Amino acid sequence: MADISCNFLGIKSPNPFWLASAPPTDKKYNVIRAYEAGWGGVVWKTLGSQVKNVSSRYSAVNYGGHRVMGFNNIELISDRPLEINLREITETVKEFPDRATIVSLMADNDKESWHELIKKCEDAGAMGFELNFGCPHGMTERGMGAAVGQDPEIAKMVVEWVMEKATIPVITKLTPNVHSVVPTGKAVVEAGTNALSLINTIQSVTGVDLDTFVPNPYVAGKSVYGGYCGPAVKPIALKFLTSIAQNDVTKKVPISGIGGVSTWKDAVEFMLLGSTSVQVCTAAMKHGFRIVEDMNEGLNNWMDEKGFKTIYDFIGKSVDTITHWEDLDINYHHIAKIDQDKCIHCGLCYIACEDTSHQSINLEYGRPYNKYTIKEEECVGCNLCQLMCPVNGCITMEEHRVAPEYVNWKMWQAEGRPLNDH
Amino acid sequence: MSISANRLTKEQYEQNFSDIHPPFETPDAALVEANRCLFCYDAPCMKSCPTSIDVPKFIKQITTDNIKGSAHTIFSSNIMGAGCSKVCPVEKLCEGACVFNLMHEEPIPIAKLQRYSTEIAMKKNWQLFKRKGSTGKKVAIVGAGPAGLSCAHVLSREGVDVTIFEKENKGGGLMTYGIAAYKVTPKFCEDEVNYITGIGGIEIKYNQELGKDFSLEELQKKYDAVYLGIGVGLARQLEIPGEDLQGVEDAITFIYNLREKGYPAIPVGDKVAVIGMGMTAIDAATQAKRLGAKEVTMLYRRTQEEMPCTQVELDIAMLDGCEIIWLAAPKEIKGNGKVEQLVCSVMALGEPDASGRRSPVDTGKTFTLEVDMVIKAAGQMPFAELVNRNKLENKSGKIVVKEKAATSIAGVFAGGDAVNGGKEVVDAVQAGKDGAKAIINYLGLNNV
Repeated sequence: MADISCNFLGIKSPNPFWLASAPPTDKKYNVIRAYEAGWGGVVWKTLGSQVKNVSSRYSAVNYGGHRVMGFNNIELISDRPLEINLREITETVKEFPDRATIVSLMADNDKESWHELIKKCEDAGAMGFELNFGCPHGMTERGMGAAVGQDPEIAKMVVEWVMEKATIPVITKLTPNVHSVVPTGKAVVEAGTNALSLINTIQSVTGVDLDTFVPNPYVAGKSVYGGYCGPAVKPIALKFLTSIAQNDVTKKVPISGIGGVSTWKDAVEFMLLGSTSVQVCTAAMKHGFRIVEDMNEGLNNWMDEKGFKTIYDFIGKSVDTITHWEDLDINYHHIAKIDQDKCIHCGLCYIACEDTSHQSINLEYGRPYNKYTIKEEECVGCNLCQLMCPVNGCITMEEHRVAPEYVNWKMWQAEGRPLNDH
Repeated sequence: MSISANRLTKEQYEQNFSDIHPPFETPDAALVEANRCLFCYDAPCMKSCPTSIDVPKFIKQITTDNIKGSAHTIFSSNIMGAGCSKVCPVEKLCEGACVFNLMHEEPIPIAKLQRYSTEIAMKKNWQLFKRKGSTGKKVAIVGAGPAGLSCAHVLSREGVDVTIFEKENKGGGLMTYGIAAYKVTPKFCEDEVNYITGIGGIEIKYNQELGKDFSLEELQKKYDAVYLGIGVGLARQLEIPGEDLQGVEDAITFIYNLREKGYPAIPVGDKVAVIGMGMTAIDAATQAKRLGAKEVTMLYRRTQEEMPCTQVELDIAMLDGCEIIWLAAPKEIKGNGKVEQLVCSVMALGEPDASGRRSPVDTGKTFTLEVDMVIKAAGQMPFAELVNRNKLENKSGKIVVKEKAATSIAGVFAGGDAVNGGKEVVDAVQAGKDGAKAIINYLGLNNV
């Protein structure tokens, strides 16, 4: 059995799976249920100035019969009185001292408010803070949330205020509603944050109701941009994560990865790209806290299979494999191959290639089953057919290097090689 | 042992004859299955449908909440798409070809999804086709069965005025009169005929029989073209002693009565033998059982390998408790006025015959079954006498056609069972389309 425990800046948890700051971590009742179910930690839903929420708050994107491929919300930070939250934090930490109980903060935009909030939360027993610089709705209009995270100077200033007062680890949570997370990431690391977490939700409109003509979520005939999350945002989160894990300044601090993590596999991918812990929300909102059971077991089994003893044996392992396009090896070439024994003759590879790619699949008419084969000389190795094939392992990509030596685009140009071989 | 009617309670009849393939209960249930469909290209299911319904398209349209479009896709290829979704032997057609079979997974329930869309369309009476302006042309169709209705609908769409002459008092043909009631109810068949003719331009004259109430010559004179969709009718005789005993009935008449007169009115024996192993034989055997017969035994002169019905159909019969005796041919029916015994020859398989199936050979051995009713389902014969009388070129009564629909008489077209000798409803629908196309060509309407 591998050791899947996590030590995040001294905050220990039995596994790297935390619940993200969100409705599931709004109060003790939920958090206790989460801990009982086996979650390693929680980031308590953001505490700060008093707010009032609206109804409705959520909407979703369904796809191909699957519900909640993407999810968005227009809920604000915790709308419960601060005192109740603090009391419950104290009780929770006492009941589960072995879990990572971190508190998300978003104070009004002045030093005193931040200092006061930090003091109260530390007194309540918080093990760490996560600064909410990412909430994309509502709070931004008051100069908070993403309004802070989108401006590196303001973010830096707030982190400096926080670091003056905080005696426990501080994680700064970044907003993805920027062209790059690196400027703010750098600014807050330089200001002294102990760690980063990303991504917060992405501004979105999930859809428009074709009967009412009002987008979702619906609030008395109107809607607003909501924060998008769930499986749909994972690729975007991984990209932002990589850019933080690769930057010379930001890579010095540990990262807590967030964005569409639903399974142990998603979590491992985040960890391979530099996350020490991962945070989950939408998947838990869809299925309940019980999903952590498979996350624990799946991670453990995978680590055993790969021979990793602790999570630190593989965290960040894939970071360097993401390079610049101009450094890719032009001489690498692979060609699709269809296993005729596995082929079910659905024709999806053919029509994808024929209509939208390189006309590299041959159709031999049959009744009722056509035979599909690859025209090797035409195949550019784009993967499209393999991606569309419904049978695992039916289409494989076989390596056929153009030449043995590595040559990238820069070298290619420098050598004056022909640009077009069509 | 005796033959008697009214064997069951009302509830038992209702239960025994309720829908054997119930529909999806909710839209969500349909969506689960519709979303499984891979949306194959040049789909095997579509190629396996005699009417070439674009199955992936109509299923995709269910998933996009475009039920109207879905129904239109189905009806464009098969105007009896609603009925076919209930009676087609899909296990050997679309669903049998579904690529999921090759993954050893359950195929997409195509028929059930087809029923879903078409049922909504019929319920809401969506008329999805609009007639073109009148061409002034008039076509007579004989027979309001699947071939005739399908032909009529295409012609009407093209602006032709159609008159259908039907010898029964209801339309639908074998769909209405020749199929097990737990597959389609007479009420549904009536609704379907009304839905099809809802397009307008189609008049059905009932109780009008060719050769009795009117002649082919009359039609030729009054109309610009004639289409014969007269089907097959006569039950093949067994040609054995005792065939005239009381208690010997042919399956077609048995099923016809059952659908015309209502279940309690149909007499059935305690011990029933059914001769044959086609779809009609199964329909007769299962329904005899469901009417309250204590024992039903099906006899077939070949083996399971050669049986004309599908495995799914055979399973229905076996699950209904019908006994199956392979390699048994009826030799003599014995009885004193009424059926008492059926003597059968034990057969063995010999060399392949014209159909490519190994032909049964009499071993000389016999056995005897104690029965009080014998239902003959050894196939139907074409209306040879009628066809010959009208000087239509034919092959053992089956009308010979060229280019899919043209008979030996100019301006007279034919299709469906009358030509193919008896196939599925869906084959007849396609024949009707082919006939309409040929008639449109003949009338010179294709360039208008």
